[in-house]
Amino acid sequence: MTAVRALVPVRVGVVWLALILATLGSWQLGTDHALTGTDREVATVAVLVVAFVKVRLVGLHFMELRDAPVPLRLVFEGYVAVVCLTLVGLYLGA
Amino acid sequence: MGTTTAQAEASVARPRRERRLPGEEGTWVFILGDLTVFAVMFGVFLYYRGQDPELFRSSQEQMRQGFGVVNTLLLLTSSLFVVVGVHAVRAQRHVLAQRMFLLALGCGLAFAGVKYFEYTDKLDHGFKPATNDFWMYYFTLTGVHLFHVVVGMGMLGFLSVLARREELNDRMTALLEGGACFWHMVDLLWIVLFALLYLAR
Repeated sequence: MTAVRALVPVRVGVVWLALILATLGSWQLGTDHALTGTDREVATVAVLVVAFVKVRLVGLHFMELRDAPVPLRLVFEGYVAVVCLTLVGLYLGA
Repeated sequence: MGTTTAQAEASVARPRRERRLPGEEGTWVFILGDLTVFAVMFGVFLYYRGQDPELFRSSQEQMRQGFGVVNTLLLLTSSLFVVVGVHAVRAQRHVLAQRMFLLALGCGLAFAGVKYFEYTDKLDHGFKPATNDFWMYYFTLTGVHLFHVVVGMGMLGFLSVLARREELNDRMTALLEGGACFWHMVDLLWIVLFALLYLAR
């Protein structure tokens, strides 16, 4: 384990832990069947936003897009923002 | 004198990260294309969900979220193994690198195993692609994704062989990073599918 720690930035391990916690957190949000109406919509929008925060973390830190040439990084950031907003809009029936 | 001061300041200041492309341009054309195709499928799914929210909601109540959670954790962890593997190759730690890619491959196999149990469970309960629109999208989206998992596992097998080479030329390094990014994409797409199919209400 010490060998691995010296190899990989601590940041990557922190990102992995954040991804795991976000997964378990959104599972809680998504399993609350008692929710109705607006509460249910708020919970689902939160689930979608959390998913795209996770997507961005995977792209920037695992795919190393954080250190990629600016155009590629921007295309990825644009993808995350546009797809997230479009899906939230479609879900809410806008 | 001026230069020395500038150099000293530069070394004290935050080290500027060197920007570089992981993999080759072609890999990114492919990955961005694939991401776009999936984005369209996500949108189509939510569009049709909007046409009959009650049907989709009642069908989604039948999803066993545990399957989705376990599979998300498996892919996130496999992605971490791949990151460690790539760093290990860069540090000439060939044996460790190979072990990491094989562990990631093992996570991929476990993911496919969970999917097998999940599909069997769904079919046993009478949920087939023809049952209704939700199940049609469920089987199509997860099926297309599973195909990517299988291709990705082949790639991880290849990376585990590549990892043992003493020297990697530029092309092989690009293959290694491109293959790693493909696997991260498989992980990334599942994150959205998990939210859309298992968690959305």
